[in-house]
Amino acid sequence: MALNPDFVGRTYPPAPAYLVGREKIREFARAVQLSDLVYFDVEVARARGYADLVAPPTYAIRLSMAAAEAVVMDPDLGLDYTRVVHGDQRFEYSRPIVAGDELVCSVTIDSIRSAAGNDMLTTRADIATVAGEHVVTSYSVLVARGTDDGDA
Amino acid sequence: MEIVEGLELPSRTFTVTRADLVRYAGASGDFNVIHWNERVAKDVGLPDVIAHGMLTMGLAIQVVTDWLDDPSRLLSYGCRFTRPVVVPDDSQGADVIVSGTVSSVADGVANIALRATCQDVTVLGKATAAIKVD
Repeated sequence: MALNPDFVGRTYPPAPAYLVGREKIREFARAVQLSDLVYFDVEVARARGYADLVAPPTYAIRLSMAAAEAVVMDPDLGLDYTRVVHGDQRFEYSRPIVAGDELVCSVTIDSIRSAAGNDMLTTRADIATVAGEHVVTSYSVLVARGTDDGDA
Repeated sequence: MEIVEGLELPSRTFTVTRADLVRYAGASGDFNVIHWNERVAKDVGLPDVIAHGMLTMGLAIQVVTDWLDDPSRLLSYGCRFTRPVVVPDDSQGADVIVSGTVSSVADGVANIALRATCQDVTVLGKATAAIKVD
């Protein structure tokens, strides 16, 4: 199974803006067992200089994975999504996401390569406010395991 | 506190149970079946239900952010998902132990190498956070 190399460099139009809500931040922060009140208490967050509740460092995955999935489901790319695992993840931050941010996420396929019978696809999701301020970029390596079961 | 190469950050242990996986699935929108259905997990060759890699990544960064007491100093955070955290169907769950060491400091940026293990197996590879220092 080879992926279509023509997809490298392709950028997809962003999904509609995502409005970051306080309750979603609290829910996510609880799920990753955070205890710092900056993720839960608006007054604490403001006292520490933030406009509102701060989203956990990995919160951007909510936006970037959904956007990347839409891309990798493109049948012309040739990815068998049932064999895909998340191999590698990296975030580069300009600032933390805070509640009230209206964010758009545009996804680019950065690279496609094959190694040891697996296909590896690197997606880059640039997340910015609707006003155009960069907030965070999320790089995800998705690995489509080869069809040789057992050693993949 | 002076941030210098070799400085060890306080280590933390996080417990992950099946209920935690369901909670993370809901919070993150990642409903992949291998994170909650033992039958499907075993069908695809896993020993049991496994934790979302992003859950482990999300837990682990607290070793840095709680120590800094300021999430806005985080410049980057990345890792590989080398081995899965297998979560048994019991009330104990799986323990993930996370520690960190300052690996370099230069030009206002400190790199922190994180180690995350579960039952002595490294579950996050090349886990690194870069933070602003001044």
